[in-house]
Amino acid sequence: MDALSEAFRLIITLDADLFEILLLSIRVSLIALAISAIIGLPLGSWLAISKFPGRKFCILLLNALMGMPPVVVGLIVYLLLSRSGPLGWLGLLYTPSAMIIAQAVLITPIIAALSNQVIENLHQEYRDTFYSMGITGRRAVVAYLVDARYALTTCILAGFGRAIAEVGAVIIVGGNIDHLTRVMTTAIALETSKGNLTLALGLGAVLLSLSLLVNALVIGVREYAAKRQYA
Amino acid sequence: MNTLRNANMPNPLLPISIRDLRLTRSDRPVLGGVNLKIDDPGITVIMGPNGAGKTLLLRCLHGLITPDQGFIKLGSLAVADSRDEQAMVFQHPVLLRRTVLQNLAFAAPEIAKTAPERLIQALESVNLANRADQPARMLSGGEQQRLSLARALLSEPALLLLDEATANLDPASVLLIESLVKAQSLQGTKVILVSHDQSQARRLADEIVFMSNGKVAEQSPADQFFTTPQTPAAKAYLAGEILF
Repeated sequence: MDALSEAFRLIITLDADLFEILLLSIRVSLIALAISAIIGLPLGSWLAISKFPGRKFCILLLNALMGMPPVVVGLIVYLLLSRSGPLGWLGLLYTPSAMIIAQAVLITPIIAALSNQVIENLHQEYRDTFYSMGITGRRAVVAYLVDARYALTTCILAGFGRAIAEVGAVIIVGGNIDHLTRVMTTAIALETSKGNLTLALGLGAVLLSLSLLVNALVIGVREYAAKRQYA
Repeated sequence: MNTLRNANMPNPLLPISIRDLRLTRSDRPVLGGVNLKIDDPGITVIMGPNGAGKTLLLRCLHGLITPDQGFIKLGSLAVADSRDEQAMVFQHPVLLRRTVLQNLAFAAPEIAKTAPERLIQALESVNLANRADQPARMLSGGEQQRLSLARALLSEPALLLLDEATANLDPASVLLIESLVKAQSLQGTKVILVSHDQSQARRLADEIVFMSNGKVAEQSPADQFFTTPQTPAAKAYLAGEILF
């Protein structure tokens, strides 16, 4: 109980260590999310409306990659970025950039697969009308992305939720270095193992609040869209 | 974007020639050798019982379905080459998840850029100018169909296809849509309309194409069709007997 009240004191007094970790976590996850959205949304849309041999296999692969274990992603990114790896010359291992790459690899399939499902449903509805209006290719993809904006926002928020809560991959490629690559999840793991439950609980409470906030946003977006018949 | 159409311009998609059009679905022939020639401008109404192939024929004309066999020629053009000159209004209008005005702007981006007042005029023509900024999908069924028609007419099509576009609409919406279709026809657009509504066909049609069992059973001027139908199937249909 003492640990819990101390944890809330850290939050209320804006403890410097806690907020350094919090801000780095959010920065890493948001940048990874932006990269994943830029790649995943058009990829998911394109797969939904295009026809080519192997399309179904690509969708199957995306869906399979959604469940990829984070430690495996961490290991692959580690091998790529390690000194002897093909991208070792970039010198990114144990930096926030490596963590961003790992999170982006992890959540891009999630955003692509979820958006693929959303756009495929919309495509079923719009296909004849778009054909009739002569809307094809890039113009169709942009139109689908615009019209599915609320459903896609929930996909993006789901990706953020996954990224911010991720621990396995970022601990491998980031190394959990104090003041450099320590994020909320890795800090919680470390502080718990050290028996420092105060900071671990404080970070846990913030992480839980962020998760609640993301879910509240998802519900809010859905309700707004439904009210405006934009769902 | 096509130029503004007028009645004195020859319609580039006439005559419409359909020869031996065949289509099979689930091992069942749904179009069983359709032969049809439409020479004249004005309004052609395709009638017939459910399952006769009316909608399928319309979708073939628009290029939404590729038939298994046969050919369609619109003027000197194949279906694929005539797409820019055609517009279609579906039974269930599909509107984008945007405002009423944005729906029109999306359909006609050039007009939205160069002459946005035409979009407002188009909305005024279907009595929707006061709903311009509302989400399109919050409109009533009749209003959605009116918007769908306004969207189709923006391109000044040479051929306008309507697939039971007024089914289940209130009488005021039906009359407004009919008056717009009639006006567009008088401006030189060829209109082909699928309808079950005999009174609507009497009000609008210059020519009737009657389909039965995936074939054209009868093609005649509207007056003649309603007074002296030539085939037993058409007589039975007009008498309200159910045909399979």
